[in-house]
Parts: sequence; C-alpha cells; structure tokens
Amino acid sequence: MADKMYKLPTPRVGGYSAEFYKFCKDHELRFQRCTGCGAWRHIPRDMCAKCGSFEFEWARSKGRGKVFSWTTAHQPMMAQFAAHIPYSPVIVELDEGVRMVTWLTGVKPEELELAMPVEVVFDDVTPDVSLPKFRRAA
Amino acid sequence: MDTLKDKACIVGVGESAFTRGSGKTELRLMLEASLAAIGDAGLKPHDIDGIVGPPIGSVAEHFAANLGIEDLRFATTVHMGGASPVVSLQAAAMAVASGIATNVLIPLGWNGYSSNPVRGGGARAETGEKPMPEPNPMMNTIGAFYLPYGATVPVQWYAWLATRHKHLYGTPFETMGAIAVNGRANAHLNEKAMMRGRPLTMDDYLAARWVSYPFRLYDCCLETDAACAVVVTSAEQARDLKHPPVYISGVAEGHPYPADDIPARPDPFVIGLSFAAPKAFAMAGVTHKDVDFLEVYDCFTYVVMLQIEAMGFCKRGEIKDFITPELIRLGGELPLNTHGGLLSEAHVWGMNHIVEAARQLRRQCGPRQVKDAEIGLVTGWGDFGDGGLAILRR
Ligand SMILES: [Zn+2]
Repeated sequence: MADKMYKLPTPRVGGYSAEFYKFCKDHELRFQRCTGCGAWRHIPRDMCAKCGSFEFEWARSKGRGKVFSWTTAHQPMMAQFAAHIPYSPVIVELDEGVRMVTWLTGVKPEELELAMPVEVVFDDVTPDVSLPKFRRAA
Repeated sequence: MDTLKDKACIVGVGESAFTRGSGKTELRLMLEASLAAIGDAGLKPHDIDGIVGPPIGSVAEHFAANLGIEDLRFATTVHMGGASPVVSLQAAAMAVASGIATNVLIPLGWNGYSSNPVRGGGARAETGEKPMPEPNPMMNTIGAFYLPYGATVPVQWYAWLATRHKHLYGTPFETMGAIAVNGRANAHLNEKAMMRGRPLTMDDYLAARWVSYPFRLYDCCLETDAACAVVVTSAEQARDLKHPPVYISGVAEGHPYPADDIPARPDPFVIGLSFAAPKAFAMAGVTHKDVDFLEVYDCFTYVVMLQIEAMGFCKRGEIKDFITPELIRLGGELPLNTHGGLLSEAHVWGMNHIVEAARQLRRQCGPRQVKDAEIGLVTGWGDFGDGGLAILRR
C-alpha cells in the first residue's frame, strides 16, 4: 500500500530510467531488448552493445531469477536508512540474463545464499513510485 | 618511440600533513604537497610545465595560477577515481616521452575526513569550498538504480564483488584479516601513518563491528585530510636531479565492462586490472617473480585480493591459499603495502602508494625498507573497478 510517510529516497530518473520506472508503476518489470538481435540489456542505454542497433522494445520479464550477490548494511550511510538497519541490497539475475539491484522481502540477511530462486513483487512506496522487489520462489 | 618503457621517471615526491580536520581547503593541501614534491626533485615551481590535475577539488589551471606557471604546455585530468593517480603517471610519461612537456606535476588530495558527507561535511562548510562537479556516468546508475535500495557508497558496491567471490571460492575471513593486520603492522614503522601505535590483532579484526557484510570495520580504509604529489620528468633530465630516478618501466590502465554498472558485468571478477596487467608486465619486460614489493590500492581488504588475482599472481579463487602473513609481511617474499596503505597510513586516493613505492626504490624507508628493492608494483582502483598499474624500478 502507498505510504504517504515514505522516507527513503526514490529513484532519480531521466530518459530511459524514467520509462523503466513508469512500467514498474504498472507492476510490469520490463527491460530494453534489442529488436535487431534480441539481446536484453540493463541498465538502459541508447545502443545495443552486441549489434550496434539503436532499435529496441521494452520487453516484459517473467520476473523470475536468482540471487547473484548481496551485501548487508549494518551502518547507515544515509540517515534515512537508519531505521532499516540491517538491510541487504541484493543483486538478482533474471532468467532473461539481465541483473538488477533490489531488496528481498521476507528473507533475513543470514538466510541469503547464492542462486536462491526469487520472483518479483512490486512495492507501491508512494502514490507515484513502485519499486521492484523480490521474494523467495519455489 | 615504440614503448613508454623507462622513458619517464618519478623524480619528486611529497605530501601535506595527514590529519583528521585540516582546516584548509583541498586546493591548499594539494599546493603544499606540490611544493614538497617540486622541492624534493630539486626543481622550482616555474620549472613545471605540465599538470595532470586531480579528479576532484581543483583543476590544473588552479595549480598553474598559484605556482606561477606562465606557460602551461600540458594539462589533463584522469577521471578514474582511485585509479587516477597511477593512470596519471601514464599520462605524464606520455607527455614527457613525446616532448610535449618536461616536468609534469601530479597532485591529489582531499578533506576525506572532515568533508565526508556521512559526517556532515564540516571542513568544506568552514572554508566555504565548493567541490567541483564530477563528470561521471556512475552517478546516473547510482541515482536511478542503487539509491532507492540504499546502496550508495563504495563499501556496499564492492561488497557485492566480495560476497560472491567469498561464497563461490570459500575464502575465509582470516585472509581478509591478514591484509588488515599486515597494513597495521607496517604503519607502526611509518612516522606519518595515522594508525601508528594502535596495534591490531587477528582477534581484534574478527571481533570488530560490521560495516557492510562481508566487510567489518578493519576491512575499511581510513578517512583522512591529506594530499600527496609527484613530479615526473624524462629519463635524460632525471639523471641530473637530486635523487636517484625511479623509472616508470611499465604502466597501463584498464576499465571493467561495462564500467558504469557493477551488476551488468558478464564476469564480475574481470576488473580494470585484468586488462591492464598483461600490458604493464609486457611493457616492463618483467614477470611476477621479479617484483620485490606490492603497493596495492586497499580501499577494502577484499579489493586487494581481487586485484592480486586479476594481475595473475595466483589463479581465480586461489587467493585464500596465496595470501599468508608470512608472504606479505616486511621481510617476506612479497611485502604488501609497506607504508600501511589506505587501511592504516592514510587515504590519499593511492597517491600515497606511489610516494611510498618511489621512496622504497630510493631506499629511504628506514625501518620499513624492503631490502635490496629493485622493482616495485603499484596499483590503483576506483569508480566501480577501474584499474591502473605501474611497474617502477630504480
Ligand atoms: Zn542487438
């Protein structure tokens, strides 16, 4: 549910990253996919580094992947995060091959392990912003 | 000119005071270090005709205006974070080897303690200094994709690399601790070291609080108000100056791919140094066995380990067997961070590693002198894993 009191920073977006989060607002996890060669990419860019094409579509991910790595922050480096210590910025590798930084929900830091299967959930943190997060999958 | 090998030399090194609370601007600290380095070379400020400016704080023209350099023939800046100092050596060597400039100054420093935003940014508030904007594609990545999840500082970004490597290869915390304890032991033999006289044992290391898993407190570098500078000139001119020349025998830079996002890398352990190391060793015409000591950029212990693997001193995943306290201590086969490094001397973006390597090769290091040091290796690491490597010889 949208929390009017959400205190954490929201994404600083512009251009392609604004488009990425616009889809998140609709609870769709979409990444750029080159319409020339079919390669997925993230973070978003102008060109496909594989084939040089400028043409792409925002292709919908199935939202399933695995834990690629993580860290667990025990010291807040921004005051807003102090209430969330310890928290774990996790890198998830989607089945489509792209990787992204996220949080897991319902997983304690000490339960994290490489290759843990996860699936996307959307957290409507403000009326305008929904963040993709992940939960443990079967 | 077919290679840069031995075409340029480090002839002057210097530093400001290392403090926590300088009360001075970053430019002032760098000017003090610059004067020390120029004097150490036996030169006068107006002899400088090239400047590789720092990636933060000030630009070359600030230095020229203060030092009275009327004909600045070469000014550039390397934007590679903590890899900038070593890669600036490459830029300076290119400039003097091609005759574009004669004496190139490389200053770098900051109020790393008192202007730290986590601590409130005091010193800049006191001096009214405004940091120069940093043109850096990382910042877009961080703001859009890391910031909402609270991954905003290096200790968190590089922890992603360390966690994956540690869990894939079963590296124990004691390997990380060996690097922290070694740096601290060396700092006791260094009058300038911030941590001189503050012993650190493996038990202390393991008992320290977490900062960001897998990094505990002593895995993390210091924060220091400090500046260092070096002067580079041609091999011909170096022979007539005050100290024995320190030759830049091999130097190279490298960038991970893509440089502006850590998660996207096909192989996260292919870092800047993976590309730079073969080039620098080939240029110098030496092998790993020829290296007498290492000064490796040590923002965090595991970053040292990733660099040593990437340079080929051991194979991927074998760092846990390669690093031992006996190997890396002074008097060991491969002394590491003889000054104490960023972990225990001071955080000067690794410019202090270059200063230390030069002094080791001049044999000026007193109680921490590496016996018969002939060849030293210095690395830089910055901006998500950019790398620089210089192989220096006397
Ligand atoms: Zn393509």
